[in-house]
Amino acid sequence: MQLILTYLPFYPLISFLILISFAKRLSWQLASFISVGAMALSAISSGVLVYQLNTIDASVITVHLWSWFDLSTVNTASDMIPEVISKVNISFYLDALSAVMISVVSGIGFLIHLFAAIYMKEDENFSRFMAYMNLFIVAMLILVLADNLVLLYLGWEGVGLCSFLLIGFWYQDKANVKAARKAFIVTRIGDTAMAIGLFMLFKSLGQLNIVDLTQSAQQTWQVGNESAYWIALLLLGGAVGKSAQLPLQTWLPDAMAGPTPVSALIHAATMVTAGVYLIARMHGIFLFAPEVMQYVAWVGALTLLLAGFAALAQTDIKRVLAYSTMSQIGYMMLALGAGAWSTGVFHLMTHAFFKALLFLTAGAVILALHHQQDLFKMGGLLKKLPVESTLFIIGLICLVALPGTSGFFSKEAIIGSLWSSSTAGPALWWCAILGALITSIYSCRLFFLAFLGQSRFQASLHVEHSKLLRLSLIVLAILSLFGGLISIDFDTVFPISLSAHQDPGWLHTVAILTPFAGIAFSWFYFSSYRKNQGDSIMANSSSFALFCRNGLGFDWLYQWCFIKPYCALARLNRRDVFDQLIMFNAWYVKMLHETLSSSQTGNLRWYVAALGLGLVCLFTVIMVGVGSI
Amino acid sequence: MMLTIVMLGLIAAGGLGWYFESVKAQSARWIALFSILGLATFFIVSVISSGADYSELNVLVRVPWISAFNIEYALAIDYLSIILLSLTFFLALICVLVSWEEIQTNAGFYYFNLLAAIAGIIGVFCAVDLFLFFFFWEVMLLPMTAIIAIWGHENRHFAAIKFFIFTQVSSLLMLVSIIAMAYIHYDQTGLISFFYQDWLLLDIPLEKARYIMLGFFIAFAVKLPSVPVHSWLPDAHTQAPTAGSVLLAGVLLKTGAYGLIRFVIFLFPQASQEFAPIAMVLAVVSILYGAKMAFAQEDFKRLVAYSSISHMGFVMLALFAFNTLAYQGAVITLVAHGLSSAALFALAGMIYNRIHSRNLKDMGGFWHSAPRMGGFALAFAGAAFGLPGLANFVGEFLSLVGAYQVAPVFVILAAFGLIGSAVYGMMLFQTSFQGPPTTVVKDLSGRELLIVGSLFMLLLVFGLYPNAVLQYVQGVQL
Repeated sequence: MQLILTYLPFYPLISFLILISFAKRLSWQLASFISVGAMALSAISSGVLVYQLNTIDASVITVHLWSWFDLSTVNTASDMIPEVISKVNISFYLDALSAVMISVVSGIGFLIHLFAAIYMKEDENFSRFMAYMNLFIVAMLILVLADNLVLLYLGWEGVGLCSFLLIGFWYQDKANVKAARKAFIVTRIGDTAMAIGLFMLFKSLGQLNIVDLTQSAQQTWQVGNESAYWIALLLLGGAVGKSAQLPLQTWLPDAMAGPTPVSALIHAATMVTAGVYLIARMHGIFLFAPEVMQYVAWVGALTLLLAGFAALAQTDIKRVLAYSTMSQIGYMMLALGAGAWSTGVFHLMTHAFFKALLFLTAGAVILALHHQQDLFKMGGLLKKLPVESTLFIIGLICLVALPGTSGFFSKEAIIGSLWSSSTAGPALWWCAILGALITSIYSCRLFFLAFLGQSRFQASLHVEHSKLLRLSLIVLAILSLFGGLISIDFDTVFPISLSAHQDPGWLHTVAILTPFAGIAFSWFYFSSYRKNQGDSIMANSSSFALFCRNGLGFDWLYQWCFIKPYCALARLNRRDVFDQLIMFNAWYVKMLHETLSSSQTGNLRWYVAALGLGLVCLFTVIMVGVGSI
Repeated sequence: MMLTIVMLGLIAAGGLGWYFESVKAQSARWIALFSILGLATFFIVSVISSGADYSELNVLVRVPWISAFNIEYALAIDYLSIILLSLTFFLALICVLVSWEEIQTNAGFYYFNLLAAIAGIIGVFCAVDLFLFFFFWEVMLLPMTAIIAIWGHENRHFAAIKFFIFTQVSSLLMLVSIIAMAYIHYDQTGLISFFYQDWLLLDIPLEKARYIMLGFFIAFAVKLPSVPVHSWLPDAHTQAPTAGSVLLAGVLLKTGAYGLIRFVIFLFPQASQEFAPIAMVLAVVSILYGAKMAFAQEDFKRLVAYSSISHMGFVMLALFAFNTLAYQGAVITLVAHGLSSAALFALAGMIYNRIHSRNLKDMGGFWHSAPRMGGFALAFAGAAFGLPGLANFVGEFLSLVGAYQVAPVFVILAAFGLIGSAVYGMMLFQTSFQGPPTTVVKDLSGRELLIVGSLFMLLLVFGLYPNAVLQYVQGVQL
């Protein structure tokens, strides 16, 4: 059992090593067999582990690989107290929370690998692509299994690097290169906040092991402790970077430059939810900082509204989905902020199912349309691609949370937890409802534009009839529909919340009816999209729509506040002002040298004149001196 | 005796190579390679077989040299020296390998200079008579200047002179401090002594210690280098031949850090404690300024040079935090930066050999034709921006965690360097290897693969199992 856990990240790692070493020498069959096979092994192992975790008595499986380094505390007060040494190990820790995560990562990961193996078949760098995907899984598994925050940070940076590599996979296009760099640097800003958080944590608790941290926090801190406040805030900084939340959300839409399976795996199902995982994992710290939990909730609420508005105005199918991902992660944050830890993680899981489905189906559609991503050049796909359309509809009804779907169970649970939570409240509840309304409106807009009306493209469809491709989509569709019925027991991980408050009865009715209201509204409002007769239609180009399409101006703001000043500063001081100061000495000496040596002309008249002038000066000084006495 | 043999052996091999190169071309590089390999093995075997405990300074040899001033030939090593000596040997091999085909003119004299510089560096890391230390300090400087001035790039004379003057002026300050210390010893005991362990026993009055420490500090800060006395480094690095850059970044900068540890912090604990805030300010400024300057560069080697300044700032910050954790971080950073910057300079050399330019504007899309090189470039850029799993991360993390315990504000400011390093690291990698392919370059040859592969493996090993180094610097009391 422990061996299974030990080997879990090593299957994709070995696959990565094989693929990266042999690269183009591997045939498509062999490369996809190795990479998908490794993922299958991981997925099966995860399944076995989850099963065992539920059957054995212990709620935790741990495995120690080797000791990384030791951290010793510093006692500045007195030298008499011996230093406390805490070990930072390469160790894995599996409890109900990480079990959910490894199942999602390796399970969904396996399906997406399967899809990708066929989707990317024609790419000349196929094995490099699969290698990166495998490496990503390794890093993500380490992230969720880490028993201490330093190892978690290793996984955290590792997934960031893989995300960078995969966004920029088609590196010959400058736009992709730029998007990759943006994603890496923006998340790095969050990572730096998180790193400072780790330094603070170690200083105040002398630990970085997650279980021990939670324990010693309980022993030493009171609720509202100041260092808890700062630490939680900094960890939140890391989480918003990785999870593309306000104010570090700008990288995610651009990250859609990567191949579609990447968007599905990294920028929808797994990596972007790492921030949610981090906060859920560190809930023991956040509980001591209720103000920060409020911030978490507000970050979530504002992001979900912002992303919803932005999604309403997009013209690119993948960017709609990207903003939708951002807004769904906003819901997860909202749940965490309200203290509904398990609900947030539950939504993480269901969202992984249906968003992976949506992205992959969108990928299949895009492939069929010869890499056309513009919604306004689609239309009428319902009749031409019935299977894909059905799958997409399934994804969408989960996204808008129609009753019975997985999204319904998780999202309703989140909304239900808000009203009476001490760190959330009615205002946030209304935000969540408004968000749900917007979600259903942009989903309908997307659906009408892409699938209804007459087609607005000329070219014939290129349909991939691979059975494996369909299979992975169908499995995801089944999970999306019925995944809400999976019940996970988080009692051993999270504190059991006591909701003694009675919510008003109308709350649930409103929450359930909201998506329908949105659909009804769109039915009429977007009727031109729905009934379109194949003539070209234009996206709304009012200034407000443009503002929304550009992500509410954040890119512009950051461009002017940070990027331009930094570049200008760099350009201004390219010659290095310190160097110039020092080189001034050299210049000065050289100048004196040249002045004096130019006076050595060898011309006798000059010398006599200089001598005479010198004597005159000397005498003048002497006379003045004598005269003043 | 073993280190004396090693140093003499290196000089002798250099001379031999110089002679044989005129007899048979290209024999010098083989002689250099095998002499370093043999002497390094000899060193390691004799350290292990001696069975001595090196957690304290272990005097290997102590014989009178200039008896009029009681100057001795005294060598001693402890674990810190052994770590740095091993790094020196390893990078010396890398230096020979990167020069393998690059140096064609005057190769015999070149390898003589290379080996002499290495011998000088080895002397610096083990001399415990301060006069002898000063002697070695100069010995390593001269051949290094020659390497830059003779085999460098277009602006080599300027760079060599700048390098020489900076180091020379600062080492004069050190000389003054050394003589002052000898006199203090005379005052207190009636005997002149330059012996390090004699000095440790002295009770130096604080007001004198402050000034004497400053003399040492400035000499080592120039070598490290720290802002504002860093500007020799970008020029020297850019103009030096590849092996010169590798040696400069990999080992020569480390002599500055070594000096700070041995002759500033341990010799003047109280004075340097007092001085710590200023040193930390310099460190933080170096980190941020170096990162910012690196971003502004268009020359591949200049960029890496400025990134070195940034990384050495972490070392300085950690050393002046005065705790074991940060000290461990500093030592790991020294090793890690030695390897990673050497690797980046080696890569710069490989690119230069292919396209005859160091300008990033002439690069782009190399991944297409040289994917292996691209993979390693990314890995080394990753090391430079502190990617976990590689040794630099452990160094930076330990340094910052340790320093945070005593100086949180400085560490928070220094942490912005992590963002800065990602910005320049990514820019370096992306402008050279991504984007539309401009020129077709050859992928790594077997020799080049050996160079970057071995450097990468070491970075990975120390990144995942840093205890290989850390176990030796665990018990250091500061």
